[in-house]
Amino acid sequence: MTKRAGDERIADFNEVNEGISEQNAVLEALRCMDCVRPQCTKGCPVNIDISAFIRAIAEEDFKGAAAIIKKDNMLPAICGRVCPQENQCEGLCVLGKKEKPVRIGALERFVADREREAGMTLPEIMSPTGKRVAVVGSGPAGITAAAELARYGHSVTVFESLHEAGGVLTYGIPEFRLPKEIVKAEIEQILDMGVELKLNHIAGRTVSVEELLEFDAVFLGTGAGLPSFMGIEGENLSGVYSANEFLTRVNLMHANAFPEYDTPVMKGSRVAVVGGGNVAMDSARVSRRMGAEVYLIYRRREEDLPAREEEVHNAIEEGVEFICCANPVKILGGPAVTGIECVRMEMCDLDESGRPCPVPMKGDEAVFTLDVDVVIEAIGQSPNPLLVSLIEGLERGRRGNVIVDEHGLTSVDRIYAGGDIATGAATVIEAMGTARKAAVSINEMLMKK
Amino acid sequence: MGYKIEKATEIADNIFEFWINAPHITKNARAGQFVVIRINDSGERIPLTISETDGSLVRIVFMAVGKTTTYLSTLKSGDEIRDIAGPLGHPSEMGNFGNCVVIGGGVGIACLPILARELKAAGNNVTGIIGARNESLLLLKDELATHCDELVVCTDDGSYGFHGFPADILKKKLSDGEKIDCVWIIGPGIMMKITSMATIPYKVKTYVSLNPIMVDGTGMCGSCRVTIGGETKFACVDGPEFDAHLVDWDELMSRQRTYTAQEKESLKLFQDHQCSCGGDHHD
Ligand SMILES: Cc1cc2nc3c(=O)[nH]c(=O)nc-3n(C[C@H](O)[C@H](O)[C@H](O)COP(=O)(O)OP(=O)(O)OC[C@H]3O[C@@H](n4cnc5c(N)ncnc54)[C@H](O)[C@@H]3O)c2cc1C
Ligand SMILES: Cc1cc2nc3c(=O)[nH]c(=O)nc-3n(C[C@H](O)[C@H](O)[C@H](O)COP(=O)(O)OP(=O)(O)OC[C@H]3O[C@@H](n4cnc5c(N)ncnc54)[C@H](O)[C@@H]3O)c2cc1C
Ligand code: SF4
Ligand code: SF4
Ligand code: FES
Ligand SMILES: [Mg+2]
Repeated sequence: MTKRAGDERIADFNEVNEGISEQNAVLEALRCMDCVRPQCTKGCPVNIDISAFIRAIAEEDFKGAAAIIKKDNMLPAICGRVCPQENQCEGLCVLGKKEKPVRIGALERFVADREREAGMTLPEIMSPTGKRVAVVGSGPAGITAAAELARYGHSVTVFESLHEAGGVLTYGIPEFRLPKEIVKAEIEQILDMGVELKLNHIAGRTVSVEELLEFDAVFLGTGAGLPSFMGIEGENLSGVYSANEFLTRVNLMHANAFPEYDTPVMKGSRVAVVGGGNVAMDSARVSRRMGAEVYLIYRRREEDLPAREEEVHNAIEEGVEFICCANPVKILGGPAVTGIECVRMEMCDLDESGRPCPVPMKGDEAVFTLDVDVVIEAIGQSPNPLLVSLIEGLERGRRGNVIVDEHGLTSVDRIYAGGDIATGAATVIEAMGTARKAAVSINEMLMKK
Repeated sequence: MGYKIEKATEIADNIFEFWINAPHITKNARAGQFVVIRINDSGERIPLTISETDGSLVRIVFMAVGKTTTYLSTLKSGDEIRDIAGPLGHPSEMGNFGNCVVIGGGVGIACLPILARELKAAGNNVTGIIGARNESLLLLKDELATHCDELVVCTDDGSYGFHGFPADILKKKLSDGEKIDCVWIIGPGIMMKITSMATIPYKVKTYVSLNPIMVDGTGMCGSCRVTIGGETKFACVDGPEFDAHLVDWDELMSRQRTYTAQEKESLKLFQDHQCSCGGDHHD
């Protein structure tokens, strides 16, 4: 795949990764050994028939390849871009043992982009069942459940609280990793399948729980949208953002193009991003594109960064300065942010996740201050409580996630859940996988009656 | 594909009343809740209180203060806005409390009709106290009079009614020993801060509706965080009404000023554009 140079990239929000050419796609497809027992498929949470679609590419049947993928995944242009393939399909590819694994994600993206340009074909829809299903949330989980249920012939209504569909795909992941035009096009498919999408509808408020239960079944895909804050002094100064707020202002509201768009954002001249995951990388890289010098503060070592390796590289290429083994203790300023005080961390015994436990170092030398005017906290999100806290009898786990059984069924009859609301913050494809499982169970339940 | 403004009226100086067709909102709307609107595709999301509902129509009342509200004020009956989401936030605490006082300052008066009406229906004795800088800024007083057992109108300059602030009236009632069980105060931050101080010595339950800067209004971004009794809360989902005596007012008001520079720039650009194209602004 071709990638533009870091300093060129930060001049705009265009896609960083330009994809793979037709010629290279075919060559890459020819590397696949068409294994008898393909491991790659086991690594894919929706079990795409990977060797089959790759074979189709090798035969230059791109349309056929798209059809194979879309049997299991309606959002391939998205997944081909944002799946952490190295831990999933590509991580298990046998070729990875000796040389490089087949670039499954790049091939999936190629096929999907091709199909989108040529005109998308919709899956076959079974005859109407007369059953009505409510899907709450239009993130990857909600979209997948809706598509699957529509395919079975059920009448599906999706409720989304924001003015645009897509969940994190729309408000969280930046344009330069996932162009919004692609998100729109892939979501458009479910509308073409007859799914009704109701934007500006907050389940639990606009639509009451009782009204939801008037449907024959309910699928909850409300995601992990609740931002966590560190709880340190100075956190409510002007210029301190959750990553969710910062990214929403830019991705959903286009604050980077203020005043052409009405939503403002503090771009900052020196920005501190706190955290080490994908959300932190996205925040840092968005900040760079708005012209700020960016420090990324992470409490463990560089090798412990939970973000995808590729995104860490991208951030480094784009000039983000990493400050590892450090943790903020105080945000300075008033009323606006002027700095952030941090303490250096020492790595001690392994914790339950098998990683060394960061412990603050003692003494004055361990404390340092960075002059910054914006702080973005990207330290995690938990399940969105707005709706689920209103549903009587709905069991939730310690972290607020909705508890589901192996069929995606919650503790309340006819209410199913999938995606981040059930698993806690995870990945796009895992959200899709759990949503599909729930949709299959919903269908079985509805057809038994 | 938008939501139609059925009726647009300027009801006081620079203060506008819109009735918008939004059946999805009116169905479950209660006192104390708000909507988030977006005028067009390049617009920002702004919160406005639900002032009243009538069938499928929701009423919003707003003052033209910056780009978005000024643009909104140029829209006419029959025009559409792109988005309206809600009802958001917790409804006001409701029940038969006894003697309730609802106080509105400036455009905050707009929030009172639905509240006074619901309190009255719940069996309370309702006193309304409203205040504005001068007579031309007073709104909805006749309507409020129909929901309140008593309505006191104040102006800062004495151009109408009592010459002074609602806080003066409230203080007087309390020191006269009037039995007051519950107070709501809605208005600008500084007005809510000062007025709510009056009830502290009498330990009267006092609610205020906080108006920090919001984006989604659904608890997803944390932009609206406020400190209540030392704890961080998200006003859009935990509020917007809170116990007045626990609010960190200075933090609220300082956070409200986060984007002052950008807001000025945005409004100026809009006004310059309006002048150059001769009034009505349409995308
Ligand atoms: C910045 C960022 C970057 C990420 N990068 C990646 C990546 O590169 N690769 C990857 O695989 N994963 C990534 N993730 C994680 C991934 O995006 C999530 O795991 C995934 O989006 C979860 O999908 P979901 O459908 O469960 O929830 P969401 O995408 O969160 O969607 C939930 C939707 O429900 C709506 N909603 C919530 N409550 C209500 C209600 N009461 N009524 C109506 N609607 C409601 C929300 O508005 C939202 O649209 C990233 C996450 C973030 C935040
Ligand atoms: C829950 C709630 C209910 C409200 N109800 C009403 C109402 O019924 N009538 C009314 O006139 N006003 C109401 N407001 C305030 C209203 O939202 C702001 O006046 C409006 O957003 C200003 O937008 P602007 O672009 O015209 O002005 P700007 O020039 O952009 O801003 C003027 C001031 O308004 C505040 N403001 C700006 N953007 C926002 C935002 N996104 N969210 C909240 N405040 C903001 C800031 O303090 C700012 O300094 C309410 C606010 C909240 C939080
Ligand atoms: S959806 Fe993701 S995990 Fe599955 S094959 Fe595609 S890139 Fe791999
Ligand atoms: S494991 Fe690798 S080589 Fe084998 S079928 Fe899958 S992609 Fe091809
Ligand atoms: S406005 Fe975003 S959390 Fe309240
Ligand atoms: Mg504004």
